[in-house]
Amino acid sequence: MDAAGTRPIRVIVAKVGLDGHDRGAKVVARAFRDAGMEVVYTGLHRTPEEVVEAAVQEDVDVVGLSVLSGAHMTLVPRVLQLLRERGLEDVLVVVGGIVPEEDAQALRRMGVAEVFGPGTETQALVRFVRQHVGARA
Amino acid sequence: MAERTLEEWAAAFRAGDRRALARALTWAEAGDGRAQRLLALVGGGGRRAHAVGVTGSPGVGKSSLVDRLAVALRRRGRTVGVVAVDPSSPFSGGAILGDRVRMAEAALDSGVFVRSLATRGRMGGLSAATGDAIRLMDAFGKDAVVVETVGAGQAEVDVMGLVDSVVVVLAPGLGDDVQAIKAGILEIADVLVVNKADRPGADLAVRELRQMLLLGGGRPEEADAGRVPGWEVPVLRTSATTGEGVEELADALDRHRQALAASGAGAARRLRAAEGALADALARTAVAEVRRAAPTMWEEAVRRLADGEASPAAAAHELWAAARGARSGGRAWTSP
Repeated sequence: MDAAGTRPIRVIVAKVGLDGHDRGAKVVARAFRDAGMEVVYTGLHRTPEEVVEAAVQEDVDVVGLSVLSGAHMTLVPRVLQLLRERGLEDVLVVVGGIVPEEDAQALRRMGVAEVFGPGTETQALVRFVRQHVGARA
Repeated sequence: MAERTLEEWAAAFRAGDRRALARALTWAEAGDGRAQRLLALVGGGGRRAHAVGVTGSPGVGKSSLVDRLAVALRRRGRTVGVVAVDPSSPFSGGAILGDRVRMAEAALDSGVFVRSLATRGRMGGLSAATGDAIRLMDAFGKDAVVVETVGAGQAEVDVMGLVDSVVVVLAPGLGDDVQAIKAGILEIADVLVVNKADRPGADLAVRELRQMLLLGGGRPEEADAGRVPGWEVPVLRTSATTGEGVEELADALDRHRQALAASGAGAARRLRAAEGALADALARTAVAEVRRAAPTMWEEAVRRLADGEASPAAAAHELWAAARGARSGGRAWTSP
């Protein structure tokens, strides 16, 4: 999206919802960093509004949502809606967490680029983000 | 979505669209000339905002304190920009920008704009884009811009060249650190803060610092045009957990700003800041030009440095000479 071309991919890794498990999100944040990306880490218990405002201010290419609370079908669509309202529909949205396949399909239809379940190799995640952000640039 | 033109971004910026500020910051970080062109379009020339630098060792609670300070400034009716700098990994070039974790309160307020910057290989506790970030937030209309440096040690004094007022943050129980920093960042402090004052040892730390200042550990009296005559560096106790001392910190910064304006020191600091910004821009230009003129040599030098086969200074000399040679030899190397 920019002429400079050399800038690192910027990702926000956000924990939405009430669960307190951020280990997965931290592992993912680290994998992105080790792949040369700049990762804005938000910490626990963020609302969709906070995540989207942070995505605006940080001008990220990717929003990574970690949802382990089971509330993904309310939280993720809300994030997608807010991103659209703020004009960030070109931001890549990926979801990590325990999401049943039928929900994952529904989320993909709504605009989530991919849903990653437990046991996903971080390298697969990094590859996915690189490929899909690259396609937008 | 179709990419907006620079004029459209500038119009959005003037209208207060936070996305436009965010995009301009991205340009500034990437060294993309559109940041400067946008500043010219929106008339971001002279600085009006009070630029405050917050620095100190890792773990003293800078981010939490900046969060509290931003909230305190908002209560005084000011809009606030926060520039939070975190280190880039020297290995991957990536970074984890975690300051937002502790800036939850301020981030909920639409009068506060927080941007995380990675150092991207730059030493000195700042990102090369910090100066531009201050200018952009100022041009956007922020009344105060708070710059949080990476966890700084003794040498990270660069923030002084970019801001009006410097807050140096310490925490109790870092007694040896106090000794270590007395000739370093203590010297650049306009306000000293002992954070985590709810922990034991805070009073001792405050006493030690006051003593050190009495012994002349503060800004040198002579040869420093940026020194505010008669300004006694306050030593404050704060707790980002309880909020203790945060109002006093905001008061001290207001007093310092007034003292800067009333004396010639403010102007002297702005002059120094301008010089720093110019030197920064020049350094970035030089790097870009050298990389363009001698890309293979650049990569080779990086590898040699990485393998410990060359010193940065020697490699820089060689590259500079080669790039100049390329220019006088008539090869394509145009000025920006």
